[in-house]
Amino acid sequence: MTFPVKIVVNGRAYQREIEPRLLLTHFLRDAIGLTGTKIGCDTSQCGACTVLVDGVATKSCTRLAVQADGTAITTIEGLASDGKLHHVQESFWAKHGLQCGFCTPGMIMASVALLRTNPNPSADQVRQGLEGNLCRCTGYQNIVRAVCDAAKAAGGRS
Amino acid sequence: MSAKVFGSGIRRREDPRLITGTAAYTDDLVLPGMVHAVILRSPHAHARIARIDTTRAKQAAGVLAVYTAADTEASLKPMPCAWLLPNAELKIAAYPQLAKDVVRYVGDCVAVVVAEDRYQAQDALELIEVDYEALPVVVDPQKATAASAPQLHADVPGNQAFHWTVAGGDVEAAFAKAEVVVKDRIIQQRLIPTAMETRAALAKWVPATGELTLWNTTQNPHIVRFLTSLVTGVPEDKLRVVAPEVGGGFGSKIAAFPGEFLAIFCSMKLGRPVKWTETRSENYQATTHGRDHVQEVELAATRDGKILGLRCSVWAGMGAYLSTAAPGIPTILHGLMLSGPYSVPALKEDVFGVYTNTTPVEAYRGAGRPEATFMLERMLDKLSDALKIDPAEIRRRNLLPPFEDGCNVVTGLTYDSGNYQRALDKALEHISYKELRAEQARQREQKRYLGIGVCTYVEICGLGPSQVAGAIGFQGGLWESAIVRFHPSGKVNVFIGASPHGQGEETTFAQIVSSELGVDVNDVKVIHGDTESTPMGWGTYGSRTTAVGGAALATAVRKIKDKAKVLAAHLLEAASEDIEYDEGRFFVKGTPSRAKTIQDIALMANLAWNLPAGMEAGLEATSFYDPPNFVYPFGAHVAVVEVDGETGNVELKRYVAVDDCGPQINPMIVEGQVHGGVVQGVGQALWEGAVYDENGQLVTGSLLDYAIPRADTLPDIDVLSTVTKSPHHPLGVKGIGEAGTIASTAAVYNAVVDALEPFGVDNLTMPLTPERVWRAMQNATQK
Amino acid sequence: MYAPSFDYYRAGSVGEAQKLMQQHPGAKMLAGGHSLIPLLKLRLTAPPALIDIGRIPELKGITASNGTIRVGALTTHAELASSPAVKSGSPMVAEAAAQIGDAQVRNCGTIGGNVAHADPASDLPTVLLALEARFTAIGPNGERTIAAADFFQGMMTTALGQDELLTAVEVAAKKSGEGTAYVKFVHPASRYAVIGVAAVVAVKDGACSAARVAIGGLLPAAARARAVESALVGARPSTDTIAKAAALVSKDLGADVLGDIFASAEYRRAMAAVFVKRALTIAFTRAA
Repeated sequence: MTFPVKIVVNGRAYQREIEPRLLLTHFLRDAIGLTGTKIGCDTSQCGACTVLVDGVATKSCTRLAVQADGTAITTIEGLASDGKLHHVQESFWAKHGLQCGFCTPGMIMASVALLRTNPNPSADQVRQGLEGNLCRCTGYQNIVRAVCDAAKAAGGRS
Repeated sequence: MSAKVFGSGIRRREDPRLITGTAAYTDDLVLPGMVHAVILRSPHAHARIARIDTTRAKQAAGVLAVYTAADTEASLKPMPCAWLLPNAELKIAAYPQLAKDVVRYVGDCVAVVVAEDRYQAQDALELIEVDYEALPVVVDPQKATAASAPQLHADVPGNQAFHWTVAGGDVEAAFAKAEVVVKDRIIQQRLIPTAMETRAALAKWVPATGELTLWNTTQNPHIVRFLTSLVTGVPEDKLRVVAPEVGGGFGSKIAAFPGEFLAIFCSMKLGRPVKWTETRSENYQATTHGRDHVQEVELAATRDGKILGLRCSVWAGMGAYLSTAAPGIPTILHGLMLSGPYSVPALKEDVFGVYTNTTPVEAYRGAGRPEATFMLERMLDKLSDALKIDPAEIRRRNLLPPFEDGCNVVTGLTYDSGNYQRALDKALEHISYKELRAEQARQREQKRYLGIGVCTYVEICGLGPSQVAGAIGFQGGLWESAIVRFHPSGKVNVFIGASPHGQGEETTFAQIVSSELGVDVNDVKVIHGDTESTPMGWGTYGSRTTAVGGAALATAVRKIKDKAKVLAAHLLEAASEDIEYDEGRFFVKGTPSRAKTIQDIALMANLAWNLPAGMEAGLEATSFYDPPNFVYPFGAHVAVVEVDGETGNVELKRYVAVDDCGPQINPMIVEGQVHGGVVQGVGQALWEGAVYDENGQLVTGSLLDYAIPRADTLPDIDVLSTVTKSPHHPLGVKGIGEAGTIASTAAVYNAVVDALEPFGVDNLTMPLTPERVWRAMQNATQK
Repeated sequence: MYAPSFDYYRAGSVGEAQKLMQQHPGAKMLAGGHSLIPLLKLRLTAPPALIDIGRIPELKGITASNGTIRVGALTTHAELASSPAVKSGSPMVAEAAAQIGDAQVRNCGTIGGNVAHADPASDLPTVLLALEARFTAIGPNGERTIAAADFFQGMMTTALGQDELLTAVEVAAKKSGEGTAYVKFVHPASRYAVIGVAAVVAVKDGACSAARVAIGGLLPAAARARAVESALVGARPSTDTIAKAAALVSKDLGADVLGDIFASAEYRRAMAAVFVKRALTIAFTRAA
């Protein structure tokens, strides 16, 4: 069977007839061609697929697209506005918070969500908050720096 | 400008595309008419294939084709092994892309399905019927050499893939006169590289032109092209390999893999672009693993702690087949580094490469050197323990004295430059070693177990002189290449043969050009990863991209400078020998105002209205740089851990890394490499280990069971450096990609053993899980 | 990873969900999906249909009244961890919920899905057992309430019938003089509990007047540590009495202790006492 969904992604509405088994991450990557969101594991461990669903950080590989019907999603592609980087993106760049970049979209989305719930986190809180995102390149240290730096740049606001 | 750009931690130009989700990795690519391949893998570690029936799968919705070995064997030559270790009785067993009669590890490829979408392909995969007749299984490399062990390959008796030795000095005499001998049996456990991007390939065959393009997540597209040409018969001139954005490699994207060839085969059969992307579970089963040594080692020394000799035997698990570069890893890259940074008068090592019913083993970050460093650093700590000499002091007594231009060591290598004691002193000072020891003593009185681990290391990288490559059986050169092209506007493109994938050379290489020629760093774009636009190169691994590729670039840039000087002289109506260069300006000696900028020269060279007689137009240079020697980065790391006396849980509390990779082009990037490298080595010490059960099932088959380091279980790492130039590199630089990993496993392990000293524990098996540490404490308590 | 095909029905109300369950035998309930979707992706389960109960308003919300905290089955772990009503009324539920998986998992996973899945390494079953929670389920014969002691029956097995839907979980609010603690030995890869210990103690006149201890990760289902509890009641909490009581957990464990490559049964058995001790120590401190 197929099921009709309407999902707003980065401000634009997409209507599709999809198989119920289609994962949200495949919906984003394959059905609407937003490949910034990555897939790094099978088991909800790595967090590379993290997107914001109605503002909430979600592992899109563990979500069916039909579950996201009617929601508004922000992916890494929708974070910058008017050609200006989001301050978390800016900080990842400034603090060398990425190397190969594969975990980065998920890492940035998780960081954005983290700062929304805790605009002024300690380094330890950032480490705790990002436990659901795996990175194999950076050893996390510069990611933690980047998130703390982003918090500072935002002046404690999310 | 030069001083500022070289050595400056400028932001990476790689990042804007990566932080916005606009970078395209292989699986992100979509081509018109593209279809999807999935591979059926063996659930058995060793079995005879009695029957394969693909009838139902072929009829499934969306399916274009299902292929088995019967289809592929005539078109694809077997998987190549490209490191033909000499004088080692190397036996390369046939390694087909699809198993025909026998499967030899869980994950061995059995069939491939192509369908319109991946869900359909996966559905069809389940409809393939295979009857297996199970065969006996062996997974332990030492046990696999027993006479009674199951045989993997009919033409490889005793499962012995090779027997390689390295020897220097009189090791028998060393042990005869030893006042103390310490021994250990070390398991260098098998690791799973876990690049965050799994392997993927997209093959596009155009029947009308006979041209093949392969987008592939690889560390070395030129090698892939070479090997693909050999395996498929498509000539190299009609074969384009593109490494798009690559999501980490760590050695697991060096080798040629069946999946890539199967994607190519399917595209050539079907005339449609075929994409194949493995799942993480497949990645764990079938992308190469690392390490897997059983080491028996003994060290002879004097009573005052001077090393006399080292003797060891290593059984290196190679997996079911020899991966592309596998034979060189536990031998050349391991055995030749066995004397480390120490004065070792004699050593002998036997390495037995052994086939087992497991995933093929390849390079994994550090590749052979961590296994050597760990062995040596364990021996030093054992010696320290036996003689009651402090671990830092025992190292001081054995470290080679400083040298600036060559030091011959017992394995036959000539280290380029080193100042090992300085690095160790810096690390000890930074961590306040003496105070830390006092603190440790205080805590022990309160039954708190602090441990301090020291590791001094030297490693070999920047592979390497091509003549040496030939001598050690590597079936390729090991030079690198660069083309520097000035456009009329003075903007620069650099094309390199190496293929960085996270290491940041798009930035550091631009810094090299900027420093050498005075162009703005933002006016230089570095292009890599496409065999159609870049010159031949041997790839990014073994910390060689800056060490060799950077030298190629520096050489090309200096050719540009030479030409620019001549052209400047012509334009300034001066003699070439009177032209001086400073910060992007060529001027007449003594008259700095009579000058041409590099941009002026680039314009005139390209316009070519006014060139000296005989000068070719254009401002472009190509360099193929073959290094005269390897480079040998080194350093000293200190780890501080605390062991929970009740549970055995190990917490890494502090970590200091002092590394010397020569002058740093971009210290921010160097620091990032050290962070990541150290953490990967910590992962081996504390968490990571691929486990097979006796049936050859990979028990750690996903990230649910295989623990890689996470943000919340690590402290910040203090990164420091010393600077010792390589005497032979044009920029004096050495590699830094693997140093952290090479040192940190030993440092952390030594720290844990040190913490357990009150219990008398001197041997543990990695990873140092709470249970293992707890058991060691229990056993010691019960003794 | 690619799930097998299934049909999909979305229920707007509990009544609708019940009707769909009758119409589609063998269908599975989909709430947050964080237990079910991983199984589907690995093709370890292939139900003919999923009934999405994730949008049913009646299953949402947290209410506190008359000393009882009622949590709708669809409440996410993140909501549990941050809800002021839960934090003040049953802090151990919040404490445990905050340790489930990771932030993203907590944002989607629900209490209902979690307990219905009854993974032995899960956190909430242990806590809910110690709190003697009550589970409300609705089936063809109407609504019934199941005590925690009866709810968790074994490895991934609960008292819920095929045709029943879990609607809410209720716990009694913490009373004054009570202290609770959930202590977890987290698996470094999966983030599940190698061992989870939930302790509820009450202290009156310097002596332990009540103790409820539940252990997870050790047995096929979360279980009460009755021997530990009995040893505590009446005792004056001290380092020594806590350690002695905690050691009795070995009696509660029986022969079915789980083991895997990370932590063998023998090790878990030994660690059970350590973690029971740690949980009790915190709980008694909090009770003071």
